[in-house]
Amino acid sequence: MSGATATVKVETPLRRFIAGFCESKVAIGALVVFLIILAAALLAPWIAPQNPYDLAELDIMDGRMEPGTVGGAGFTYWLGTDDQGRDMLSGILYGLRISLAVGAGSAFLAGLLGASLGLLAAYAGGKTDTLLMRLVDLQLSFPAILSALMILAALGKGVLNVVIALIIVEWAYYARTVRGSALVERRRDYIEAAQGLGLPTHRILFRHLLPNCLPPLIVIGTIQVARAIALEATLSFLGLGVPITEPSLGLLIANGYEYMLSGKYWISFYPGIALLITIVSINLVGDQLRDVLNPRLQK
Amino acid sequence: MTVFLLRRLFQASGVVLVMTVLVFLGVFAVGDPVEILISPEADQAERERAIQALGLDLPLWQQYLVFLGKALQGDLGRSFVFNEPALTLIFQRMPATLELAFGATFLALIIGVPLGLYAGLKPNAMPARAIMAGSILGFSLPTFWVGLMLIMVFAVQLGWLPSTGRGETVTILGMRWSFLTWDGLLHMAMPMFSLSLSRIGLAIRLTRSGVRENMVMDYVKFARAKGLSPQRVVFVHVFRNILIPVVTVMGLELGSTIAFSVVTESVFAWPGMGKLIIDSINVLDRPVIVAYLMMIVLMFITINLLVDLSYSVLDPRVRLESRE
Repeated sequence: MSGATATVKVETPLRRFIAGFCESKVAIGALVVFLIILAAALLAPWIAPQNPYDLAELDIMDGRMEPGTVGGAGFTYWLGTDDQGRDMLSGILYGLRISLAVGAGSAFLAGLLGASLGLLAAYAGGKTDTLLMRLVDLQLSFPAILSALMILAALGKGVLNVVIALIIVEWAYYARTVRGSALVERRRDYIEAAQGLGLPTHRILFRHLLPNCLPPLIVIGTIQVARAIALEATLSFLGLGVPITEPSLGLLIANGYEYMLSGKYWISFYPGIALLITIVSINLVGDQLRDVLNPRLQK
Repeated sequence: MTVFLLRRLFQASGVVLVMTVLVFLGVFAVGDPVEILISPEADQAERERAIQALGLDLPLWQQYLVFLGKALQGDLGRSFVFNEPALTLIFQRMPATLELAFGATFLALIIGVPLGLYAGLKPNAMPARAIMAGSILGFSLPTFWVGLMLIMVFAVQLGWLPSTGRGETVTILGMRWSFLTWDGLLHMAMPMFSLSLSRIGLAIRLTRSGVRENMVMDYVKFARAKGLSPQRVVFVHVFRNILIPVVTVMGLELGSTIAFSVVTESVFAWPGMGKLIIDSINVLDRPVIVAYLMMIVLMFITINLLVDLSYSVLDPRVRLESRE
């Protein structure tokens, strides 16, 4: 051990992680693309040419215009307009906000719920563990789209209901993952030490056990955000997701369906491209995270 | 093995029972069918007669018991909309969904396996990398959007394929099938392909990892040392070993393919079970929703049972463990 390694060592985990992530140019590209999309969604009210929900700004005379036409208000509709004269670019930017918010929000809440239950199952063991894992098995044996369909059929439309459906569909993935790593971690000495110190259970669970189960949780979380966004879009396309007042990308695509047959492709095409780029970039980042954070692949 | 089977069957019926409660409660929470079915002009007496005829005046638990008793006799109620037994409706639409799901799985195998084989044999070649990138795309592409784009290109712009419906059908065993006529096949082409996209990605990944695992195994070295041609080693020895798990997984994925056909059927107006359930949810046709969900639950529980059994049959290690 020389002095040089000692100084580097201070930041080792984070640095090693960043260096590992940067090994793949594709992943860096995907991360950059995703950050641009995120920024575009967050800044939508400031960068969108018009507010697509403000009916006063819409001109019905500009309806179904091809991409690149100059509208009555004097600015160019780069991605065309929909049947009500709504600028598609603005519609997509605002739609991204809803898609990302629903996707990330439900993935985060499902992660919170799933991780807590997974920790509990691993820590408590016995009957609690068996019961929770049976539930996970049951949940995972049904395809996500079907469970979501059942839940939304019962709850009805609405952003909140979609989020609830996505949480119920997704929590099991987190629970299983966290339980897996928590089972390994709880046998380690530091947990025994914490128990010996007489720390309360919730403190052991969330301050000691959870941080050590984070890497696989992050990987699953990333992939699940992409899945949630895709599932929300699908549900909205089927008419069971978000209401017409809060159009996500899926609903924008559904709106263009009837105009597709008359050759007006842009109403469905561009929101789909936005959706595709978002999902692919998140998946690529997730793929690289999995390679970097997987202890089996670490040299 | 018998004990194992019995225990699993017992568990499975428990799950079915739990699901009937969940489905019943869930569907009960969906709106009030009276509002939709009875015309607003109906007077109070007519309303009450209709409510009684539909059995909606009983307390919830009684309605559930009536439902359960009838369900055991294969009666899941009559559709409010079609005025036909819900189960009959489901069975009528089932062939359309099944041929779509089987077709998509078949397509995924004949496209995905050769691509995965290539990607596994030459992992660093440029085409192999392109195939793997393509498989990520296969997972990421939103099915419904792909469907729309296919319609736009092949139906609207090129006019090669019909955009909706099943086309001509042939009746065999009292069921109508599209895949036996040319017109029906043309109608099937686009829905089948869009449904198979994510399965193709799956088949590619499974085959590739299978090839990579098998190529370093001793039997391959031995076959080579024996002087067999590389083609023979790959296409006879390795291929046989990877095909079993690939076909098994793809078969087991059939359930989720059927579930996903809900989306494809809606895009292409394919008159299968999936289209039926979406339409029924939109008009709150409770008996059909319940019947569909119960059929799907049964189907999935059967598939999961088969998964457990096939693992113990296929993998000798699992079999040995259970014998000890």
